[in-house]
Amino acid sequence: MTTPSLRPILSLRGVSKSYGTTHVLDDISLDIEAGEVVVIVGFSGAGKSTLISLMCGLDQPDSGEVTFKGSKVTEPGPERMLVFQNYSLLPWLSALDNVALAVDQVFPGWSKEKRQTHIDRFINMVGLDHARDRKPAQLSGGMRQRVALARALATDPEVLLMDEPLSALDALTRATLQDGLERIARTSGKTIVLVTNDVDEAILLADRIIPLSAGPRATLGPEFPITIPRPRERRALNQMPEFRHVRTAVVDYLLSTKRGPRPAAAPAIAPLAVPSLEPAP
Amino acid sequence: MSKETVAKDTFSKEAMERWLAAIALPLIGAGAVVALWSLTSATFAESLPSPAKTWEVSRPYIVEPFEKRGELDQGILRFTWYSLERVVKGYTIAILIGAPVGFLLGMSKLFRGSFDPIIQILRPVSPLAWLPLGLVLFQKPEPAGIFTIAMCSMWPTVLNTALGVRAVPQDYLNVARVLKLSRMKTLFKIMLPAALPYMFTGFRLSLGIAWLVIVAAEMLTGAPGVGGFLWQEYNALIYEHIILCILTIGFVGYGLDRLMGVAEKRLRTA
Repeated sequence: MTTPSLRPILSLRGVSKSYGTTHVLDDISLDIEAGEVVVIVGFSGAGKSTLISLMCGLDQPDSGEVTFKGSKVTEPGPERMLVFQNYSLLPWLSALDNVALAVDQVFPGWSKEKRQTHIDRFINMVGLDHARDRKPAQLSGGMRQRVALARALATDPEVLLMDEPLSALDALTRATLQDGLERIARTSGKTIVLVTNDVDEAILLADRIIPLSAGPRATLGPEFPITIPRPRERRALNQMPEFRHVRTAVVDYLLSTKRGPRPAAAPAIAPLAVPSLEPAP
Repeated sequence: MSKETVAKDTFSKEAMERWLAAIALPLIGAGAVVALWSLTSATFAESLPSPAKTWEVSRPYIVEPFEKRGELDQGILRFTWYSLERVVKGYTIAILIGAPVGFLLGMSKLFRGSFDPIIQILRPVSPLAWLPLGLVLFQKPEPAGIFTIAMCSMWPTVLNTALGVRAVPQDYLNVARVLKLSRMKTLFKIMLPAALPYMFTGFRLSLGIAWLVIVAAEMLTGAPGVGGFLWQEYNALIYEHIILCILTIGFVGYGLDRLMGVAEKRLRTA
C-alpha cells in the first residue's frame, strides 16, 4: 500500500505492542518520507498514543522495529520531537523559560544572544509575545498548547510527532489552532506525523491519511492520499467533493473495523454466553 | 433599591461573621481556659499558681525579655533565642541529610528496599532515647542536644521528599527524556522543582518536631534555654515560671509554623 521508497526518514516494520494481556498494536508497517505530513486517524483508545510513543522512542515495540534514517530507534531524542497530548509544560517555568529549557539543551553551542533571538522568534510565531512571562497555570488551554508547539518547533526537529495535540481544547480554539498547524505544515517543510480522532482535522493537514483500526490488535488500514492543494481553507474545504468523498471513505473504513471482531482477532476460546459487563472499547 | 440594601446587609453580616471567627471566638476560647485554670488553682490544686500570680511572678522576665542577670536568670526571649539557635543548628543538619536521603529513597528501588525498613524503625524513637546516645558519642551536652534534634526532626523531610520524588509526573520525565537532559539536569531542573512543594511540607513538619525536641534536650542537659529554664524553675519550686515557659514554647512553635506556612503557600502558588 505504501510505495516503497529508497530512504524513508522514519520507518516501522511489523511493529506489535502489548501491555499486559492487552494486545494493543498488531503488525504495523509504515514508511514516512522526509517533508511529508502523515496523519493517523483512529478511535479513542485504539492505540494512537502508543504508536506515537514507539515512533518517539519513549517505548519499545515487542516485535518488529522502528528505524529513523536507517538506524534503530532505542531511545527518544530531540530530532524526533514530541508534542504531548497534555502539553507537558513545566508549571514552575514561564512560557519563555519552557521554550528556553529546550533550546538551551538542543543548541548548547550557540551564543546566548543567538539562542535568545531564536526563542523570541518562536514565541512570536505562536503569537504569545504578550504572555511570555506567564506561568502555564495562567494560560488558557489553547495558549498552553501553543507554548508546547513553540517548544517543539524551536528545537528544529527532523520529525515532529504530535499526539492528539488539540484534543483537549474547545471547538473554537481547536479550529484556530488547526489553521495554525495548517500554516506550519505548509511553510515549515517539516516531516510531521500527527495522530488524531478528528477526520476533518486530518484532511485539513495531511498529505496522506492512514486510518488505525479499532483496537485491540489495532493495525493500519489503507492510506488515503489527500491531493487538495494548499493553502487549505476550512470553509472552502467543506464545499469540495474530494473533501466529502475522503471524509466518508475514512469514516466508513473506521466504522467497518469496529463492527465485531475481525477474523484474525477472533478469540481462540468461544466466549461464554453471558452479558459482558465491560464497556465497549 | 431593595436589592442593593439586601446586598449591603449580607456584606456587613459576612464581615461580622468573619470578625467573630477571627478574633472573638479565639478570645472566648482562651478566656474559658483561663477561667478553668483560675478555678482549678483556687479549689483543689493549691500548688498550681493562679493566672494573676503567674503574671506577677513572671513580669520581670516578660517586661525585660533580653535582660541577663545571671547564667540561669535571664529574660524569657533571651532564653528563647538560645533555644532557637540550637534548633536552627539541629534542623539545618536534619535537612542537609534528610533531603538527599529522601531523594535516594524516592529514586532508587534498591535504596528504598534496603533502607526504608530501618528508617521506619528509627522514626518513632523518642528524643529521650537519642539524647543519652548523643552524650555518649560527643561527651558534651551541646552537640548531644543538636544531634538529638537532628535525629528526631529528620524523618518528615526524608519521607516527604521521597514521596515528592515518586510523585513527579511521568510527563515531565518524558520531556526530559525527549530533550535528552543529563541525569544531573533532570535532577535539578525537573525533579527538584517538581518535588519541592512536597519537600516543603516535610520541612515544615520537621521544624515543628525540632522545636518539640528542644525542651526535652535542654531539660536533660541543663543547657540555658526555655527548656533548661523550665526544669531549673521546677527544681527551684517557682512553678509560675513553668507556665511562663509552656506559653512561650507554644507561642514560638505557633509562630514558626505560621512562618513556614506562609513560605509554603508562596511556593505552591508560584
